[in-house]
Amino acid sequence: MKIKTPVRLSLDANAVLKDAVDRLAHANPAMDTSKRNFLRRSLTLGGLSMLTGCKLIDENSAEAALTHISRLNDKAQAWLFDPNRLAPTYPDSMITRPFPFNAFYSEDEVPEVDGDSFRLEVTGLVADKRQWSLPELRAMPQIDQVTRHICVEGWSAIGKWGGVSFASFLRRVGADLSAKYVGFKCADDYFTSIDMPTALHPQTTLALTYDGQPLPPKYGYPMKLRMPTKLGYKNPKHIQAIFVTNTYPGGYWEDQGYNWFGGS
Amino acid sequence: MKNSKVVIHPAWLRVAHWVNALAVLVLVTSGWKIYNATAFLGFAIPGDVTLGGWLGGALLWHFAAMWVLAINGTAYLVLNGVTRRLATKFFPLSFKALVADMGAALKGHLAHADPSQYNTVQRLAYLFVMLDSVLLVLSGLVLWKSVQFPLLRTLVGGYEGARLVHFAGMSALVLFVVVHLVMVMLVPRTLITMVRGR
Repeated sequence: MKIKTPVRLSLDANAVLKDAVDRLAHANPAMDTSKRNFLRRSLTLGGLSMLTGCKLIDENSAEAALTHISRLNDKAQAWLFDPNRLAPTYPDSMITRPFPFNAFYSEDEVPEVDGDSFRLEVTGLVADKRQWSLPELRAMPQIDQVTRHICVEGWSAIGKWGGVSFASFLRRVGADLSAKYVGFKCADDYFTSIDMPTALHPQTTLALTYDGQPLPPKYGYPMKLRMPTKLGYKNPKHIQAIFVTNTYPGGYWEDQGYNWFGGS
Repeated sequence: MKNSKVVIHPAWLRVAHWVNALAVLVLVTSGWKIYNATAFLGFAIPGDVTLGGWLGGALLWHFAAMWVLAINGTAYLVLNGVTRRLATKFFPLSFKALVADMGAALKGHLAHADPSQYNTVQRLAYLFVMLDSVLLVLSGLVLWKSVQFPLLRTLVGGYEGARLVHFAGMSALVLFVVVHLVMVMLVPRTLITMVRGR
């Protein structure tokens, strides 16, 4: 598992300007493949410090304070989260077509996963650590639902995902349901983690299908964790390994500054 | 100079005003950066006037400053209520007085001589910005936690409705701030009052 290290360079006025120009160049957000460029941006005050002609706040201390508040926001969201409150569901006629592709890479970089040899790893605080083939997962009771995918970038789209209830799966593998986190490692080097109450939410689905068809590569073949109670970046695609842990696992975007809980 | 000893704006009000101003500055400029990530209305806001450097940074600023606005705003409204400042400074509102004040404003001699009294245009403008701020907080709550606030979500027209309401509320707030700043420049005495209290 290759872990990508976030890169942060300090910004100067020109970089801020270039940033703005870069953003303006991207007219279609859903097709925006420039997410990698985000890594080169920092938490700087950006143009604001140019406006005032001085650095209002030291960048590092501001970043530390903001990160601290983001952890408090995790706690606030965990407190607000109602394990029984369902996200709205929609009729099939409201599905967004085509459903946007979105990742930290472009569509031609989608990983190819061989379904026949695929085995899902399940590790950590679980009683049964055996690996799962796709037919075994398809043999479990399947659910599906039409829900709204909300992207942190400021758009949303309605899609239909089907698969195994994640709560049932966690019970089946004898996961320690009192553990704090469930982590995911993916074939596209993405990784993320979620809180146990969300993992056990009735709508949280280990999705194997999209719109009644096997999950296509661009939507995360062979499986994606679909949570209508969390923002898009919390919904990992191309899952290869699931682990239950009490050690904070972080995530690809979360380690760069996106809020960890990322709930909606 | 008996008059100069009279406190027009009590200390709590001045503190709340300036904390609020800072929170709004951070929220609006970081909000613009967040908006730019998709720019759903088809235009982008120049990066120079945005805060956060990138989307993740802007979100950190926004979700930090939202607490400042929510807590400070609530304290402002509660103190305005319990001290009866709201009742005495902003009411009664009369349509007749509004027409008269508007007419006077257009002729260029709307009375500002007594800074302890708000004219009808001011009363309406300040009441509007209070309500607009409440709307911004509530629509923001739906954008932040749409699943957890189903009633609010319905009231603002669903998740995507909340985005429009939030943006429109921001635009109205920015318009208010622009007019407010112009008025302060025209009547600088009001700035001194908001700093020194008298």
